Amino acid sequence: MKAISLEEAVAMIPAGASVMVGGFMGVGTPERLLDEVVRQKKSGLSLICNDAAIPGKGVGKLFDAALVARLTATHIGLNPKAQQQMLANQIVVDLVPQGTFVERIRAGGCGLGGVLTPTGVGTLVAQGKREIEVDGKPFLLETALRAQFALVHAFLADYLGNLAYALTSRNFNPVMAMAADTVIVTAENIVPIGVIAPDHVVTPAPLVDYLITNG
Amino acid sequence: MDPQTIIARRVAKELRSGDLVNLGIGIPTLVASYVPTDLKVFFQSENGLIGTGPIPEQGLAHPTLTDAGGRPISALPGASTFDSAMSFGLIRGGHVDVTVLGGLQVDAHGHLANWMIPGKMVPGMGGAMDLVSGAKRVIVAMQHAAKGKSKIVAKCSLPLTSARPVNLVVTDLAVIGFADGRATLLETAPGVTIGEVMAATEADLLVGDHVPEMMI
Repeated sequence: MKAISLEEAVAMIPAGASVMVGGFMGVGTPERLLDEVVRQKKSGLSLICNDAAIPGKGVGKLFDAALVARLTATHIGLNPKAQQQMLANQIVVDLVPQGTFVERIRAGGCGLGGVLTPTGVGTLVAQGKREIEVDGKPFLLETALRAQFALVHAFLADYLGNLAYALTSRNFNPVMAMAADTVIVTAENIVPIGVIAPDHVVTPAPLVDYLITNG
Repeated sequence: MDPQTIIARRVAKELRSGDLVNLGIGIPTLVASYVPTDLKVFFQSENGLIGTGPIPEQGLAHPTLTDAGGRPISALPGASTFDSAMSFGLIRGGHVDVTVLGGLQVDAHGHLANWMIPGKMVPGMGGAMDLVSGAKRVIVAMQHAAKGKSKIVAKCSLPLTSARPVNLVVTDLAVIGFADGRATLLETAPGVTIGEVMAATEADLLVGDHVPEMMI
């Protein structure tokens, strides 16, 4: 893990990059990183995030600034701007059931080619996908999902990069921290090694590439 | 009593002590208010919490303690938090005893449509498809009709949420079950006749010998 500034970290992200962003309706989202992505105008992003949040909050800011070209998400109903951009064909949206979304990312981070899920069998979600029967039950083959960058927000990060999360801000963060080539983390609190007890570390330090420094 | 309250109160009667329960948005959210305090029910919020409590008092909300809509909630003693993979493992893996969801349409065989109206409303399915696929019991809590049109239809015209039929539909007029794969009228709402339910329902309903009034 390397501790770097916000400006340096976001400068590494090229326009058009695929980016996973943790958070659920903007809760547990690395707001400072997104503000900097907007400031540096990283356009044409392929965004992978549970939802589109709301205008002005979380990844909602990326839609406010029209920086998203593709979106893979489970729900965008609470962000009218994302909906408008989808209906105007300014962004391509792939809507995925939430359990499938997280399992595809988990598969991407765990070296699996994909997962078999019963969710979506017999619905629009099954279109174009392989259906595989196991012990007489139908499942959909859902392929793994990875990104060039994961932007993760933690409650605690120690000087090595071990992470712990708070309450419902954990959500997709630990899963995404395993599924990207480069993992960039902001934390509410940067603390000495040992403050997070080994049993309480959720994301082990070797998974974290960059920790954004305070200030 | 207003229609939403009738539905929420009747659905609350379906919950048992020890149940792990996931409530959808809208009318389902109201169900928690009518669960007797001596009943030990665990409510899951799919953003990563078991043991959701009421909205905190003014000034006590915490930005990282929220429901699936991002609104502040509280956590009850004994609550637990987890990531989204665990949350949907609980849902898809059959660990959730009951889910209560809103509906746009339910058909004569219990198929639910509740996530999109093509060309009009495409918000995304969120967790609904996983909940219907994986929960042990699926209860739909919705008004019987919308704009004068029955929401209990012969066949869903809207895209299905799952190929799996739901277990029970509770409306402001009736309780309808699907035990034999066919819509069956189980109860009528207070003051509503069987004839009125049949007239307000597009789908053919089987009617048993004894159709009691809802206990709410």
